[in-house]
Amino acid sequence: MTVIKTAVNPHSEGFRRNAEAMQALVDDLRSVVATVKEGGGPAANQRHLARGKLLPRERIRRLLDVGSPFLELSQLAAWGMYTKDVNCAGIITGIGSVAGRECMIVANDGTVKGGSYYPMTVKKHLRAQEIATENNLPCIYLVESGGANLPNQDEVFPDRDHFGRIFYNQARMSAQGIPQISVVHGSCTAGGAYIPAMSDESVIVRGQGTIFLAGPPLVKAATGEVVTAEELGGADVHCRISGVTDHYAQDDGHALAIARRIVANLNRKKPISLDTAAPEEPLYDPRELYGIIPVDPRKPYDMREIIARLVDGSRLDEFKRDYGTTLVCGFARLWGYPVGIVANNGILFSESAQKGAHFVELCSQRGIPLIFLQNITGFMVGKKYEAGGIAKDGAKMVTAVACAKVPKFTLIIGGSFGAGNYGMCGRAYQPRFLWMWPTARVSVMGGEQAANVLAQVKRDGLAAKGEAWSVDEEEAFKAPIRQQYETQGHPYYAGARLWDDGLIDPVDTRTILALGISASLNAPIEPTRFGVFRM
Amino acid sequence: MFDKVLIANRGEIACRIIRTARRLSIGTVAVYSTIDAAAPHVGLADEAFCIGPAPATDSYLQGERIIEAALAAGAQAIHPGYGFLAENADFAEACVRRGLIFIGPPASAIRSMGSKIESKRLMEGAGVPLVPGYHGRGQSDTELAAAAEAIGYPILVKASAGGGGKGMRVVHSTAALSPALAGARREAKAAFSDDSLLLERYLDHPRHVEIQVFADSYGDAVSLFERDCSIQRRHQKVIEEAPAPDLPDEVRGAMAKAAVAAAKAVGYVGAGTVEFLYQDGSFHFIEMNTRLQVEHPVTEMITGLDLVEWQFLVAAGRPLPLRQEQISRRGHAMEVRIYAEDPGRDFLPTTGRIVHLRPPAEEPHLRIDSGIAEGGEVSPYYDPMLAKLIVWGEDRGSAIRRLRRALGRYELAGLATNLRFLSAIADHPAFAAFQVDTGFITRHQDDLVPRPGTVPGDVLAFAAVVLLLERERAAGQVAARSADPYSPWYRANGWRMNEDNHQTFRFAAGDMVYPVTVHFGAEGWAVDLPDGQLTVRGTRCEGRTVTAELDGSRKTASVVVSGFDLTILLAGGSWRLTLDDPSARAAGQDVGGGTLCAPMTGTVVQVLVEPGQAVESGQPLVAVEAMKMEHVVAAPAAGTVTEIYFRVGEQVADGVDLVGFEPAETRP
Repeated sequence: MTVIKTAVNPHSEGFRRNAEAMQALVDDLRSVVATVKEGGGPAANQRHLARGKLLPRERIRRLLDVGSPFLELSQLAAWGMYTKDVNCAGIITGIGSVAGRECMIVANDGTVKGGSYYPMTVKKHLRAQEIATENNLPCIYLVESGGANLPNQDEVFPDRDHFGRIFYNQARMSAQGIPQISVVHGSCTAGGAYIPAMSDESVIVRGQGTIFLAGPPLVKAATGEVVTAEELGGADVHCRISGVTDHYAQDDGHALAIARRIVANLNRKKPISLDTAAPEEPLYDPRELYGIIPVDPRKPYDMREIIARLVDGSRLDEFKRDYGTTLVCGFARLWGYPVGIVANNGILFSESAQKGAHFVELCSQRGIPLIFLQNITGFMVGKKYEAGGIAKDGAKMVTAVACAKVPKFTLIIGGSFGAGNYGMCGRAYQPRFLWMWPTARVSVMGGEQAANVLAQVKRDGLAAKGEAWSVDEEEAFKAPIRQQYETQGHPYYAGARLWDDGLIDPVDTRTILALGISASLNAPIEPTRFGVFRM
Repeated sequence: MFDKVLIANRGEIACRIIRTARRLSIGTVAVYSTIDAAAPHVGLADEAFCIGPAPATDSYLQGERIIEAALAAGAQAIHPGYGFLAENADFAEACVRRGLIFIGPPASAIRSMGSKIESKRLMEGAGVPLVPGYHGRGQSDTELAAAAEAIGYPILVKASAGGGGKGMRVVHSTAALSPALAGARREAKAAFSDDSLLLERYLDHPRHVEIQVFADSYGDAVSLFERDCSIQRRHQKVIEEAPAPDLPDEVRGAMAKAAVAAAKAVGYVGAGTVEFLYQDGSFHFIEMNTRLQVEHPVTEMITGLDLVEWQFLVAAGRPLPLRQEQISRRGHAMEVRIYAEDPGRDFLPTTGRIVHLRPPAEEPHLRIDSGIAEGGEVSPYYDPMLAKLIVWGEDRGSAIRRLRRALGRYELAGLATNLRFLSAIADHPAFAAFQVDTGFITRHQDDLVPRPGTVPGDVLAFAAVVLLLERERAAGQVAARSADPYSPWYRANGWRMNEDNHQTFRFAAGDMVYPVTVHFGAEGWAVDLPDGQLTVRGTRCEGRTVTAELDGSRKTASVVVSGFDLTILLAGGSWRLTLDDPSARAAGQDVGGGTLCAPMTGTVVQVLVEPGQAVESGQPLVAVEAMKMEHVVAAPAAGTVTEIYFRVGEQVADGVDLVGFEPAETRP
């Protein structure tokens, strides 16, 4: 295999400036994560602890194997939304190893608004279930939630991908043989009651967990019956009388230990069809990734420098290296797993799109997972290119990417604009996971382009009426457009709305991709059938 | 010489005797009780006989069965070792009667020396000095005062009929005598209805010095020098050494002479020890032990002789191999006795399985007489002595250095031992300076007995490291079995997205619980301990040997993990910790709720507990008969039965609570 030669000089001034800029972005990310990790904040956490309960992150720690990685999803969910304090959207989701098996963990954070479901909470819960479904991962729900957030009921309850979908998913996953396990740590009221009820096995903590369709106030209002929450739906009721739960736990820790035991008894094996090898570190230090991305997003750089710091031994066997050179395609190993890499190295032309479609076909044929490294402003425009059929070539690439059934992983490193986002397996193309670097920007086009396009339209309109438009006026028109694109294209904005699965530190990229690939292998790789390629 | 001998003993002494027998090509027959079936002495012997159940009275003290075994095996002689039947005159006679040679003195000598009064009378006659005293009939104050004057102050006043310290008083001057006598008489009268008193010289800082003697059946006897056994705890020897330090040569000579005279006076044959108290230049006979002593190896180390070989020779009717003037000594030897006892709990004997045993390698000047093996069980049935460590040096200083080093390297885990206590003695400056008498241990108790609690940070760090390495190992095993063997999910480095991870362990030792938090980091682990933070790097584990760099200093510990229990052996110390994880424990024991009610409608047929009774997890509480089957309702966890709602014969409905139950508090 071919080792990528690097041209990066870690001692250069440019490298240092780039690295400093990236460091600042990562520092900010870590400080945001440190904030959202606090859940409901110190006072709410103290109240929670004082009741003898474990905080949700500690519950996850106890549930997972000691030292297990935890591939947390959508940490920035609901960041800056609603009352600006619904940290992590009040729910922690992610993949971790329990008794040696990768499981999807969905943990309500009772310290955040009582664990109630905001629209983003629902979206995050459903995304976790979607990942579990696609990758065949057992689901463990650590439940402590008051149910739907009533003021937002119109965005939580009625639609297809709203609250009810959670239970639909549970039933469908169970039918597919994906274990559904609940641990009831707190209240599960109304709709929430269905999470344990729809589970294959459930555990409840005495004096702490309650399950009922209607809580004591509603019961009193409806029938006049006066009853305590514990009498209505506590552990004793559900383990002894109703049979809604299967295991009785003394406390949170005990419940989690029982959950571990349940997982240990699942009898599951990973069906691996990949030719894996012993992992090998890249030749070049992944920390150098900080210094490669130029501070000025318009400045080009060679995507191979990024690949060289992600793949085993920095080796990449390129496909059609000298054809359609703005798209780098090649085979490599990442953590010993064979992967096909599709990476932008400039704007997409017809040749690059055809090359990409061909390469995706190859990987699908061979059952090789695909990694898309995005830094794309879009497809080439202009008379010559339209006439050359760039639309149908782009469509070939989009068809190939959309249909490919091998696990797909998308990493947005820089821009992700327009149809480039589609061809490079954007969110709509259902990669198993999609992550962003802090330098990522996602929008229909770049902010500057959008401002220019809209200004052009406006100028044309004014010109038609014979009106003049000063440079100052034009600038005043463009500034807010740029601002809007910058805000909405920012990865925090994207993360808050779950347009991705996580904003990551570049240094962790290799580990995260490897965890994702390995998790995806829990589901057998199905053969691909492509749609009609417009020739 | 014998072709085959039976060793009527167990443990280290049986092993030690077998060792010499083997060297001399003498066949060996071991005897064992049922629980000793896998004991080292059984494995070492050429053949072995089971002689009964665990209690010594039913096995190792069953002289008749042992003799039967010897006859069945065709052994010509029985070596009794020490303890058990070693000083049992009847057994010695029985051996002879059955045509076997008892490797020890004649029964008559055992009897003479076994009687306190008889032995003292004999010794006095042979000119062996006794503790000066007055045993006269005259009991008036005047007569006693005169006797006291003759003995010399300080004196000890004792009840003649007495024992147990009743009426005992130490008197330092004439003036104090009269009131002391009055008091002693009152107490003696009350305790024994006899107010007669005796007086003895009070020795307030005696040393225990004993002479090893050897005699043959031709009336010849020699001395093999003395041993100082002053380091004692409640008359149990802890450290013995030879030669006795700081003993004038003329005393040494006089003592040896007296001892040989004593042996001759009772017609002694074989190995024996004459014990003396020594203080301020004079020595006094205590008793003679008519057996091979536990501490005989120190004599062997300085003389280069094998006393068991001598025992075989003499018993086989040979003369003593050497004459007195041919016997010489060189250097200094020490022995420590490793006991299964807990110095932290007033030296209570301990029992349990030896889960880890790694003694230092034997060297020319380091000898280990051991009767234990890893995996062996230390039972409460026998003497708690596990092994002896014997060192030799050109002088006392080098012997102590070697002793300290050997003790620091002796690793034993699974039950508490006195190893750290022994090290503390070996390290004590008063021991090095030989400021020693029989009160040494009592005097320095505070320095010697490890205070409970406070497990050092290094030990806690090692405990956490071991659990994490163990976790890595387990993950590696799962990985190896998996179809995805290189999966990053099998890593145990605690990786987290955009944040750091940590893991908290709680270790219990005694009444203390120590939280230890490990922060996983790319550059190693930062470990929060009760007394600060440590950085741990470069951890490695090979078998039980764990190496780690703690704050830049490389350390190695042996660690034994069994279930939730960890034993950490580090720098000569040994700590037992228990991972405090009540939740995991509870889940393992399947504590279920909702089981204290009647499983179905039926009749209570048995109530097995009372209100207020503490019960163990799984203990049956109530039996209910239904559908012609008996269903036992058992305690779901350890706890207390608070109430019983039904009596025998009463009907109970399905799902009704049968007993009130309060689970024992579990630590959060």
